Amino acid sequence: MDWGTILNNTLAGLLTPTTIAFALAALGLAMHFGFAGLLNFGIAGFMAIGAYGYAISVLTFGFPWWVGMIVGVIGSILFAILLGVPTLRLRGDYLAIVTIAAAEIVRLMFLTTAFTDVTGSADGLFGYNKSGGFTAANPFPPGSYGWGPWTYNSETLWVLTFGLGVLAVCVWFLWALMRSPWGRVIKGIREDEEAIRALGKNVFAYKLQALIIGGIFGGLGGIVYAAFANVSPGVYVTSITFFIWTSLLLGGAATIWGPVIGAIIFWTLQAFLSNVLPELALAGILPVSGTQAATLRFVLVGIGLMLLVIYRPQGIFGDKREMTFVK
Amino acid sequence: MSNNDSPDKTTGLHIGAAEPGCKKTDPMLIIDHVKKNFGGLTAVDVQHLEIPKNAITALIGPNGAGKTTLFNLLTGFDSPDTGSWSFLGTSLSGVPSYKVAQMGQVRTFQLTKALSLLTVLDNMKLGAKNQAGESIFRALFPSMWKKQDAEIEIKALELLKRFQLDTKKADFAASLSGGQRKLLEMARALMTDPVLVMLDEPMAGVNPALTQSLLGHVLNLKKEGLTVLFVEHDMHMVRHIADWVVVMAEGKVVAEGPPETVMNEQAVIDAYLGAHQDTDLGVVTGRISIVDEEKKDK
Repeated sequence: MDWGTILNNTLAGLLTPTTIAFALAALGLAMHFGFAGLLNFGIAGFMAIGAYGYAISVLTFGFPWWVGMIVGVIGSILFAILLGVPTLRLRGDYLAIVTIAAAEIVRLMFLTTAFTDVTGSADGLFGYNKSGGFTAANPFPPGSYGWGPWTYNSETLWVLTFGLGVLAVCVWFLWALMRSPWGRVIKGIREDEEAIRALGKNVFAYKLQALIIGGIFGGLGGIVYAAFANVSPGVYVTSITFFIWTSLLLGGAATIWGPVIGAIIFWTLQAFLSNVLPELALAGILPVSGTQAATLRFVLVGIGLMLLVIYRPQGIFGDKREMTFVK
Repeated sequence: MSNNDSPDKTTGLHIGAAEPGCKKTDPMLIIDHVKKNFGGLTAVDVQHLEIPKNAITALIGPNGAGKTTLFNLLTGFDSPDTGSWSFLGTSLSGVPSYKVAQMGQVRTFQLTKALSLLTVLDNMKLGAKNQAGESIFRALFPSMWKKQDAEIEIKALELLKRFQLDTKKADFAASLSGGQRKLLEMARALMTDPVLVMLDEPMAGVNPALTQSLLGHVLNLKKEGLTVLFVEHDMHMVRHIADWVVVMAEGKVVAEGPPETVMNEQAVIDAYLGAHQDTDLGVVTGRISIVDEEKKDK
């Protein structure tokens, strides 16, 4: 077994555009679920709308890249409003059902051949980073940067820098909001919205604001992902939603840094398992084929998620006292 | 305060005879023809009711009389099928609950709603009204709310001290006992600077010692010029602190008046207190022979 390669690939997982995109989406879920108590199982839908909003406005309407990205964000805001207005008056569980359905509708709309001209159907969209000018906006001259497992070409470095910048702004934004009286109301709504209503707060408006802000983070996650890879409907499936949930719960749902660290741990672990499991199969230690071994990591993710929720529901960064009072 | 102290009762609240729907000299809440059906069941059907200002009014009645439903209707947590009601002269029909609360009518819940995973202090600070930092845009700039937040904290700490919860301020509300949560909920309600406090069974599940201090708090509210409307099953408490008693049964107001008189009315005794209200519980359950004698009489 080549432990050197395994270690190298694992460490590379610490900082990739995918990790950053996941961290952003998990940050959105932290706003939704961790702070506001909104059970959103449709974060993949928000990501898809962000990514497609960016790609379509560049490819179909010829907007520059940054306008396209703003369109993607506006798209996620509208999606949040569309979801929230009819459902936020209902009990929390209903939001979960509606969001998971809505995210699927979004994905299938992008997948259907009816709009192939615009969405590219199953092929997805590509080339928008070049034609929209995102690639050209790269301030780094061509070359190789970094060292060891963290060696990047200038294009990846540009996406990483951009993604980290967006992530930093979002983390600051969430932190600034949650330390304020606004954040106090949001946490209060998570605990008991009737009580907050009885204190004279417009609970519906607060929940909608929380849904929109988390939705923007999710949309930005999709945009960062799209800035690196192609936009493909096969990415925004329900399982990606649950990967993001795993990242969130790993780090701690009601924390600022939890989702970020959770996403990093999740992808590092994924990188490790996807390297080590096939190797173990090859070496004859695991009685399965190489492809089966690669899929085994998703089984392990599932088991990990269950163990996490049962034994450490507050995550790595959550307040220990919260654990004592889990309802 | 000892048990025997009779607190100052406010009298002269009504105009004319103390009968269901009688006029009050200075009403705060006026309810007209409020009706609410749940399927085939009429939960609330109140023709006319006025709640006097700056007094403690008790709402009593058997289980299922519609007391909590009436509470929900008055505070906007539920909407009636017909009827109108006004608070300080402003009609509240169709006004959402949070706006009702902003107008100064605050309520507590029968099942205490402490915000478990918030600290006691945060619970309190949530109660304060008109906080600049609760707007999402101003929230981002601490300079716009830091000062106000500090003032709110001072006020919250004063109230916590009064309710003997100041040592718990940094704890999660989840770690409080049931009685302490009742106290917290009442204190939090007071943070909203209400004019009318509506308490839904404030004494349920509270031990006698704490009941005494809660009673004291409720009486203090009146001294501060507030109006209190409460639902309660504890008749000693009702007799002790209420200035006015409204009796509901099957959704209707069946009697109202000062506690001394209303609680002696035969209709009230039969409907609610039961024919054996002054008899030992052992008698009622048939473990003492008096009941047998009564049966023989019948």
